[in-house]
Amino acid sequence: MATEVMEVGDYMRDPRKHHFSPYMDNGGTTVAIAGDDFVMVASDLRLSRGFNIFSREQSKIFGLTPKTMLASTGCWADVLTLNKVLQARLTMYSHEHHDVMSTTAVAQLLSTMLYWRRFFPYYVSNILVGLDEEGKGVVYHYDPVGHMEKLTYSAAGASVSQIQPLLDNQIDALNMKNVTPPKMTKELAHQLIHDAFISAAERDINTGDGVIIHTITKEGTSEEKIKLRRD
Amino acid sequence: MDSLEDIHTGFQFSNFARNETLVAKGFPMPKSRKTGTTIAGVVFKDGVVLGADTRATEGDIIADKNCSKIHYLQPNMYCCGAGTAADLVMTTQLMASQLELHRLNTGRQVPVVAANRMLKQMLFRYQGYIGAALVLGGVDKHGSHIYSIHPHGSTDRLPYTTMGSGSLAAMSVFEVHWKPDLELEEAKQLVRDAIAGGIFNDLGSGSNVDLCIITKDGATMLRPYDVANVKGQRQGKYIYKTGTTDILSTSVRPIQIVSETVRKVGEEEMETA
Amino acid sequence: MPDFSEIFSLQSILNYNGGCVVAMRGKNCVAIACDLRFGVQAQTISTDFERVFEVGPHLYIGLPGLATDTQTVFQRLQFRIKMYEMREGRRVKPRTLMAMVQNLLYERRFGPYFVEPVIAGLHPTTKEPYICALDLIGCECEPEDFVVSGTCSESLYGMCETTWREDMEPDDLFECISQSLVNAFDRDALSGWGAVVHVIEQDKVTTRYLKCRQD
Repeated sequence: MATEVMEVGDYMRDPRKHHFSPYMDNGGTTVAIAGDDFVMVASDLRLSRGFNIFSREQSKIFGLTPKTMLASTGCWADVLTLNKVLQARLTMYSHEHHDVMSTTAVAQLLSTMLYWRRFFPYYVSNILVGLDEEGKGVVYHYDPVGHMEKLTYSAAGASVSQIQPLLDNQIDALNMKNVTPPKMTKELAHQLIHDAFISAAERDINTGDGVIIHTITKEGTSEEKIKLRRD
Repeated sequence: MDSLEDIHTGFQFSNFARNETLVAKGFPMPKSRKTGTTIAGVVFKDGVVLGADTRATEGDIIADKNCSKIHYLQPNMYCCGAGTAADLVMTTQLMASQLELHRLNTGRQVPVVAANRMLKQMLFRYQGYIGAALVLGGVDKHGSHIYSIHPHGSTDRLPYTTMGSGSLAAMSVFEVHWKPDLELEEAKQLVRDAIAGGIFNDLGSGSNVDLCIITKDGATMLRPYDVANVKGQRQGKYIYKTGTTDILSTSVRPIQIVSETVRKVGEEEMETA
Repeated sequence: MPDFSEIFSLQSILNYNGGCVVAMRGKNCVAIACDLRFGVQAQTISTDFERVFEVGPHLYIGLPGLATDTQTVFQRLQFRIKMYEMREGRRVKPRTLMAMVQNLLYERRFGPYFVEPVIAGLHPTTKEPYICALDLIGCECEPEDFVVSGTCSESLYGMCETTWREDMEPDDLFECISQSLVNAFDRDALSGWGAVVHVIEQDKVTTRYLKCRQD
């Protein structure tokens, strides 16, 4: 049996680098708008990687409790894992306390769970929505390592830069003289979400195929699907 | 240098050293606009049909929703381009003028092989740094021809071909449905279906289908041939009332025409000095 | 450890000094607008840096990108425009200017200037509105509606795509382009600190400076 003799030169090479790239970007866009007695959350239905479409029917919104929903985009494997772990924590909570967790508590739990992986984060942009203890709509926006911000509206994911300035302008009436911010109604929220996704689908290759809009009120939840361009 | 005496042609490299220094300092070269494209061409009974989508992308953003990717070379020859958008525009413009000079020098229609040879020699000379992938199609006295030309200068003469990021989606349509001696309408439908395959299944391709039909009687551009995607309808109206934007200062400058002379010429004269 | 180098890598040299330009077509008029910030990465140096220049009676060009190249390209372009006007004895038309910029940039295909120009103007005889954007090596894009360029181009695409509509009168066009620009750059740390808007009509050019957030 022939054995290769290592030469001195073989030991003089640079150490071999091993690349580990555990993340991928699967696109997807989410938008949430809260009102006094409702909250609306929407996501597009396209799941992609690079120039390929994986699915045209994939909602990025997950129901957590009857009053709370989570919209997640980013690395789809991380989205699924994060949701699985979060669902398990909610089940454990309900078994221990014989009650469903409040929206504010879920919001804090999610932040803690994300920060727990500070040095190997879930590559996920989250928006958590729900009704708080008084029945008011709330939106929480997160960065991948658990920084949390309570807002009345937010966008996240692939088309965030296209959508966020439009919401600033139309909801908060920023940079407009003699214009007061409008009172948020379900009709206005629906219109803004609809138009924001239409515009995003025109200009972002990762957003398209369709939109799913969930509305949470004290009566319960409802959902609606809208078609987008499929190219 | 731009000066009167020193008239130059060809590429300039005066910024090259500076830009390399910036790359070394950690500023990577910005990306130029790409046409992450689907382009295709087939030979049919009486000529060729070329097809292209109309999307131009800059990273993940759609820079142009309706750009033209079928370029003119000669009255009997057109060329679809995929790759770096500026390279495609400039390469096809250069080729169009060189082929026209060739036609004037030889006094006859330029054969498609000549255009293919000139393109491949130019691209080979630039070693692939000119990022142009082309589908060349034309009809001459030898018959109908489709060539695919790669950025490094290799070429194939084929009865049907596709290129760009959506080439696999488009080729799958050709492989199933192409047959020799297609009728014109069959060929148009086939190329449309192939491009639509790219438009809907490749994120780098989108919007409309453009076609170009070349027969021995000349070329016809159909732009758009098929509007595969319509712009979404918005529910709201976003009209700002006059006075909404806060203004610090306004200045109005009228454009006054001091004198006007009208010089009658047939065609606008070209600078030939 | 995962490879974070891509996430934390230095950004493009096109964003080094910040700044953005947008142009829109209206009914018999065009508008072109830019922000006024000149910075070095996160540090703001001045807030009166105009990157839109007049190159003819109905013709403007915006040059967002690396500031040194904004100025160099403008000077080289001015030289070529003046040479053209002396040789030809007529003013440069919008599409001619586009071809001129295209040749200037493509000449440096392998060592480019870091600018992404935007052109807006009216044809001197037909008064047809013209808008156009080029990438840094001179690929043109001549759409029907609007063009954007610079550090907040994504935000500008989102705003313009929603607010632009066909056949706007000069006053509507001004409100539309101003709101699009200001709201877009408010979500961008590298642009803003004031804005200037030129609305070009057949008989006049109206220049307005906008009141904006100074942060």
